[in-house]
Amino acid sequence: MADLTSNFCGIKSPNPFWLASAPPTDKEYNVRRAFEAGWGGVVWKTLGEAGPPVVNVNGPRYGAMHGADRRLLALNNIELITDRPLEVNLEEMTRVKKDYPDRALIASVMVPCDAESWKTIIPRVAETGCDGFELNFGCPHGMAERGMGSAVGQVPEYIEMVTRWCKESTDLPVIVKLTPNITNILYPAEAALRGGADAVSLINTINSITSVNLDDFAPEPTIDGKGTHGGMCGPAVKPIALNMVAEIARNAETANLPISGIGGVTTWRDAAEFLALGASNVQVCTAAMTYGFKVVQEMISGLSQYMDEKGFTSVDQLSRRAVPNVTDWQFLNLNHVTKAVINQDDCIKCGRCYAACEDTSHQAIEMSEDRVFTVKDDECVACNLCVNVCPIEDCITMKTLEKGEVDERTGQPVGDYANWTQHPNNVAAVSAE
Amino acid sequence: MSNTPMTPGIAPGRLPETSYADHFSDLHPPLDHHEALVAADRCYFCHDAPCMTACPTSIDIPLFIRQIMTGTPEAAAKTIFDQNILGGMCARVCPTETLCEEVCVREVAEGKPVEIGRLQRYATDTLIADGTHPYTRAASTGKKIAVVGAGPAGLSAAHRLAMLGHDVVIFDARAKTGGLNEYGIASYKAPGGYAQSEIDWLMKIGGITVETGKMLGKDLTLDALKADYDAVFLSIGLAGVNALRADGVEKEGVVDAVDFIAELRQTEDLSTLPIGRNVVVIGGGMTAVDAAVQAKLLGAQNVSMVYRRSRARMSASDYEQDLAASKGVQIFYNAAPVGVFGEGAAQEIEFEYTVEENGRLTNTGETFRLPADQVFKAIGQSLEGVPEGLTLEGGKIAVDAVGRTSLEGVWAGGDCATGGEDLTVTAVAEGRDAAEDIHAKLMES
Repeated sequence: MADLTSNFCGIKSPNPFWLASAPPTDKEYNVRRAFEAGWGGVVWKTLGEAGPPVVNVNGPRYGAMHGADRRLLALNNIELITDRPLEVNLEEMTRVKKDYPDRALIASVMVPCDAESWKTIIPRVAETGCDGFELNFGCPHGMAERGMGSAVGQVPEYIEMVTRWCKESTDLPVIVKLTPNITNILYPAEAALRGGADAVSLINTINSITSVNLDDFAPEPTIDGKGTHGGMCGPAVKPIALNMVAEIARNAETANLPISGIGGVTTWRDAAEFLALGASNVQVCTAAMTYGFKVVQEMISGLSQYMDEKGFTSVDQLSRRAVPNVTDWQFLNLNHVTKAVINQDDCIKCGRCYAACEDTSHQAIEMSEDRVFTVKDDECVACNLCVNVCPIEDCITMKTLEKGEVDERTGQPVGDYANWTQHPNNVAAVSAE
Repeated sequence: MSNTPMTPGIAPGRLPETSYADHFSDLHPPLDHHEALVAADRCYFCHDAPCMTACPTSIDIPLFIRQIMTGTPEAAAKTIFDQNILGGMCARVCPTETLCEEVCVREVAEGKPVEIGRLQRYATDTLIADGTHPYTRAASTGKKIAVVGAGPAGLSAAHRLAMLGHDVVIFDARAKTGGLNEYGIASYKAPGGYAQSEIDWLMKIGGITVETGKMLGKDLTLDALKADYDAVFLSIGLAGVNALRADGVEKEGVVDAVDFIAELRQTEDLSTLPIGRNVVVIGGGMTAVDAAVQAKLLGAQNVSMVYRRSRARMSASDYEQDLAASKGVQIFYNAAPVGVFGEGAAQEIEFEYTVEENGRLTNTGETFRLPADQVFKAIGQSLEGVPEGLTLEGGKIAVDAVGRTSLEGVWAGGDCATGGEDLTVTAVAEGRDAAEDIHAKLMES
């Protein structure tokens, strides 16, 4: 079995699966259950400053998006940071860390944007024995209106400033959690780095309204007839998170900044994808909230089996492996020609590929009287839509034309690598010659 | 002392009082809301869907399932009724395993089709329970049409004609409307008086008058109908039964399966309906299965179904045969009846094994006997009481693709006419299409 132990910017854990700062990590009871189930680490639900506790709504705080058979594709929440007294949280954290010394325990923190607040709370929390800090600059609702959370995360200068205050207050690793509710993820990531962050974690939740009640005409979850945007998470946000992780991983300035990948990690495969795209570990919330803490056991066994099959002996060997293959559109090989191929043995003749291609694409699939579907190579632009709409996995695949083979659509033989920067239609390319 | 399955002879009340309701409740219970959504989610919304092609009434199945999936079962029901006004009954009685569900791509791919029949029932039940009738009549055409036979074909034709603005009178020989829906199909396929409640809902279209107890050839003549009405649609079904050629078939206890089923369907308290301890059903079709299964459900100790040809030739589907077997019916293949034995009443029946070579059935000479207090003959129905002047073909009224007979102004459909299998759904399609043709013809002038 592959060695799954993880060392994330100096924080060790038996596996790279951490529970993200969220409702599942709000108190001792839950966190003990999580550790018993096998989670490698826990980012304790965000602590605020001492004083009167935060107040949550008393109506519904989650909304949801469902797929087939009510499979949860996304959650959206309007919950705030922990609403329990700081002292209670700190006592519990201390006890838990003492009982689970091999697990990572990270303290998520969010206090008002002034030096004193941060410099007061960080040393105090460090006394719990926690392994590091995560600065919550991402929460998009409730706290942002008070100048915290994403209100900080959306201003790179604030990120840099607060990170620096925290680094000045502790020797423990400081992870900056980034909000995706910005135009370019590199600005906050670079700011965190300048402030001295040891790592970044992303993404926090995405501003969203998941549904509208068509009887009451209000967003859901609805509180007394009104709704507000919440933070969206779960499987549906994974593609957005993956892109942001990759952007940071392949950016020269931030290339060496460790990344904790967050956003819709539901299976070992999702985790492996985050790792390959540049993350060093992953954080999970929605999967646990949907299925309970036991899901980590599938993640552990699945990642382990995959790594064994690939011959990877450590998580580090998988981490960043796909980063060199993330590029810009302009560098993609325009002379890479593929054609869709339908495996007639696997085809169940539903005709979805035909409808999709005929109605919405390139009219490149032929349908015979007896429902045999074949690709017209002289029309197929290899868009991949048929592959994506086909209900049978691997029934439609893409065949790559060898160099020299004639593309029946263009009549041209397949040539050597050439990209847009070299293309004759590109005015910039022509003038550069 | 109450009776048991082992009580000799033919006796009522072989089961505890409470068993009857249980035995004759829905064969396939209705889908609840969540089950319907899960089942609907499995539909791939195929292009030019094979299920739709396989449906004799061409219901847009992918569309209605998507309408269920998106929370509008009422719209789904409208999609169904547009093509098949008896979509509720068809959802219950259609042999979907040999129609839409047989060709469902998920049946092909996984051996588990989308549950089209049950989804159709979910949609149609929702709308009918709602009590609304989604169709209104066109402006009156002033035309009057006679429909003879209130079975599926007649009801379908009548509804479509009424909708198109014609006035319709339906005549039926029996006391109740519905034809085989009311008298023919197995009780557990449409319990709770569904046949009549569906007709009540169908009649909400208006413009349809029903006259029961009126039999063609006895109380009515085709000539008179032709004279009194602008068009006549014949949907008289197959009133006769094929004769069984074997010794002793006149003995007490030897009856037609269709009569047994009709009596069962009209019996309020099934514990009063006598059934044999040993029942033998002769035949290999749906009627044979319906009779055999219901005999078993009434408490018969031993029920056998005997068919003279092989399993492959049996017209009851594999599904129906499995159903019979699961209820405890024993099925014998390749055995032809020789004679019924007993003093006045049947006690035993003798069969001779057969072999089929090049389509020719020959007896092997080897015989066996089964105890039989009751013998149900289910070897097919035949056309009876056809008015003179109509051209027949293969024992049925010859019609063209839209139901026109050889007589001007007379259309026919359902089991009595040529074309299609003898199924409820086929009858509905024929009635609907004939109605459209009658309308087109009458509106020509």
